[in-house]
Amino acid sequence: MLHMARWQIWVVITICVIGVLYAVPNLLTRQQLEALPAWVPVEQVNLGLDLQGGSHLLLEVDVRAVVRERLTNLLDAVRSQAREQRIAVSNLSIVGEDAITFRVRDAARAEAVRTMVRELDQTAEITVAPDSTFTVRLNPQDLIEQRRQAISQSIEIVRRRIDETGTKEATIVAQGQDRILVQLPGERNPQRIKDLLKQTAKMNFHLLDVSNSVEDAMAGRVPPGSMLLPADNEVEPNGQPRMYLVQRRIMVAGDRLSDAQPGTNPQTGEWVVNFQFDSLGGRQFGNVTRENVGKPLAIVLDNKVISAPVIREPILGGRGQISGNFTVSSAQDLAVLLRAGALPAPLNIIEERTVGPDLGSDSIEAGAIACLIAYALIAILMIVGYGLFGIVANVTLFLNVVFTLSIMAAIGATLTLPGIAGIVLGLAMAVDANVLIYERMREETRNGRSPFPAVDVSFQRAYVTIFDSNLTTLIAALLLYALGSGPVRGFGVTLSIGIICSMFTAVTVTRLIISGWLQWRRPKELPI
Amino acid sequence: MRPIRLLNKVPSLDFFRFHKFFFALSTVLCIVSVIAMMTRGFNFGVDFAGGILIEVRTEQDADLAKMRSALGQLDLGDVALQEFGGPRDVLIRVERQEGGEAAEEAAVQKIRGALGQDVEYRRVEVVGPKVGAELIESGIWAVVLALGGILAYMAFRFGWRAGLSGVIAILHDCLTTVGLFSITGMQFDLTTVAAVVTIAGFSINDTVVIDDRIRENSRKFKSMDFRTLINRSVNESLSRTLMTNGLVFLSAIALVLFGGPVLAGFSIALLWGVIVGSYSTIYVAAPLEWYLAKRGRIAHGGPDQEPAKTG
Repeated sequence: MLHMARWQIWVVITICVIGVLYAVPNLLTRQQLEALPAWVPVEQVNLGLDLQGGSHLLLEVDVRAVVRERLTNLLDAVRSQAREQRIAVSNLSIVGEDAITFRVRDAARAEAVRTMVRELDQTAEITVAPDSTFTVRLNPQDLIEQRRQAISQSIEIVRRRIDETGTKEATIVAQGQDRILVQLPGERNPQRIKDLLKQTAKMNFHLLDVSNSVEDAMAGRVPPGSMLLPADNEVEPNGQPRMYLVQRRIMVAGDRLSDAQPGTNPQTGEWVVNFQFDSLGGRQFGNVTRENVGKPLAIVLDNKVISAPVIREPILGGRGQISGNFTVSSAQDLAVLLRAGALPAPLNIIEERTVGPDLGSDSIEAGAIACLIAYALIAILMIVGYGLFGIVANVTLFLNVVFTLSIMAAIGATLTLPGIAGIVLGLAMAVDANVLIYERMREETRNGRSPFPAVDVSFQRAYVTIFDSNLTTLIAALLLYALGSGPVRGFGVTLSIGIICSMFTAVTVTRLIISGWLQWRRPKELPI
Repeated sequence: MRPIRLLNKVPSLDFFRFHKFFFALSTVLCIVSVIAMMTRGFNFGVDFAGGILIEVRTEQDADLAKMRSALGQLDLGDVALQEFGGPRDVLIRVERQEGGEAAEEAAVQKIRGALGQDVEYRRVEVVGPKVGAELIESGIWAVVLALGGILAYMAFRFGWRAGLSGVIAILHDCLTTVGLFSITGMQFDLTTVAAVVTIAGFSINDTVVIDDRIRENSRKFKSMDFRTLINRSVNESLSRTLMTNGLVFLSAIALVLFGGPVLAGFSIALLWGVIVGSYSTIYVAAPLEWYLAKRGRIAHGGPDQEPAKTG
């Protein structure tokens, strides 16, 4: 057990060298790293946002809204198609979270309605009660797929919007079922990004309904096929936003935009957003403007009317301009939103954590000091308690910290403030292995064993204990990693890695050094 | 140089002599903790309660009274201010706002407006109510699974008696730690949960070392009665226990004194855990294992035998 083959010794030494090599980049600056030859590892430990400063935003995708919108659209389609085919339907409504219901008055037409609904939604489950009441339930498999798509689309749009602001190194990942985690290193005040993310930015062009009066609609008589929407920026004398009566039908959809840029109107000097349609959108826009010269066209963004200019002449080039009392920044933001595209569902910011860079560096400093002091205290006590072997323990303990850092750098784990606490605590946990071994040596010596067998037996016996005790602690540490969130997770990481490393440093490396020393000095008694 | 030994020979203390007193003490501690939790509850941090936490640094020493009145006018419900780490650092906590995420958002804007441009925002945390509830849930799961995992491993390696008594001992440690937070009103947040799980890990580590020795000794001394066996094992491990736990204690002290204010709650919990974890290994887990074994072996239970003799 005590004797180690030459190749084993070399393996241990090689591992130690590699471990140190991987830890070294953490001590260097960026410039020094770039000057290094290519074969040297250059990965540094990732610092968590609580240490390097930055902003962490947790967004929740309101997937229910996607389904609700789909149900509303289905309901509208049923209503308008039934009207076209002159079928009387009543009691149209949404039931629960995934179905609509309506009643067909003339039971003889039920079959025609069934065909009609089937064409509108191929996968929905259609049930008809004896009184010709239809229930159309969306296919659950379909809904899951739609949710998944909504999430991945949202991530894509969030990424585009954040990229448009020029934010560097943002990480955007899905979390759980309906969450998106956005991490913005170095961001001090994420207000602008939050403002950009909070808007769905669905922009569509609708015609105004000029055949009915806004007053009637406001009194509760909204004609079918139209909707009453508030203005974004115009206020009535009584302080309420101005209302518009807008036709429901979308003339041109905003997702046909290919570009949008802020600019100024040369005549008035006010800020506007210039947009450009893709070829299909350009054609649609051309047709709409040609057929409706003299009528107002409403530009609707997230159910608010930005402006409703009167079409003076057909616009055939696919280019247009939105004016609506913009400021520089609101014109820029709208352009960003239009370029990046609309979110499939609204986003809620359910958690925000922003740490300033100064607090981050203060935390690193405090953590480093705590680490050094803990190490110094342990080192002194180990030397006082175990003499020469205490020094051996201190060397392996130092290696343990080095290895923990280099493994973290190599696997790309993130060091957080609680993570530093994990390292500090890991120091004491790691040195426990040395303590167990050394206490055994004392015991075996006391029982009259000579140095070689005493050391040999001690390592064997202590190893069982070290394994058991470390494994139980590891269970706790790994659970913190698996279930913890954010910083706490970082604590689990360093503690787990530290414990695993200690099995190598405190046991194998200690054994190597002590057996080497024994063979060299051949002492009559152990200095313990 | 000659090492200094804490204990020159294996001591022969009888750890069982006052076991009834310590059982009673532990029971009382646990009951007090539970009562405190039920009657006083916790001072939940934003992690769990939801709400807003802002840490600012002012140019001169902070005028807390002035800031308090400026923020008090915003009508945001409970606003608590405290000095945090230094005279220029202020921690502001605002209770959860009615009206969900958008309301929290608006509240942060208002606070930024009220404090003006002269302060440096070191930290802004806004946690919505939903996230808070989920964090509580995952925190409870972490503790429960940690205990379950440890119980399973202990039962597998040392038998169910050792497993059960070990887990009861760490349950005792976790309960009293949580109780400490309830009684002192220290802020209970995510790092506290981390501390509780860590304490469980540390305490069981300590117990495993002794159980390991019990297992070894029970092979060596087949006819020794269980109480003497346990006592002997505790005594034999004592110098290691003192050394290691002393080192962990020192590390925890280093964290408390130098780890910075953000980690203060965590570090204090850990410090408490080291003390109570060391205690529970010797005075809860070990005697409990003996009790469980006694019930198993001698039905009528002859109580106290001779104190252990070691040599």
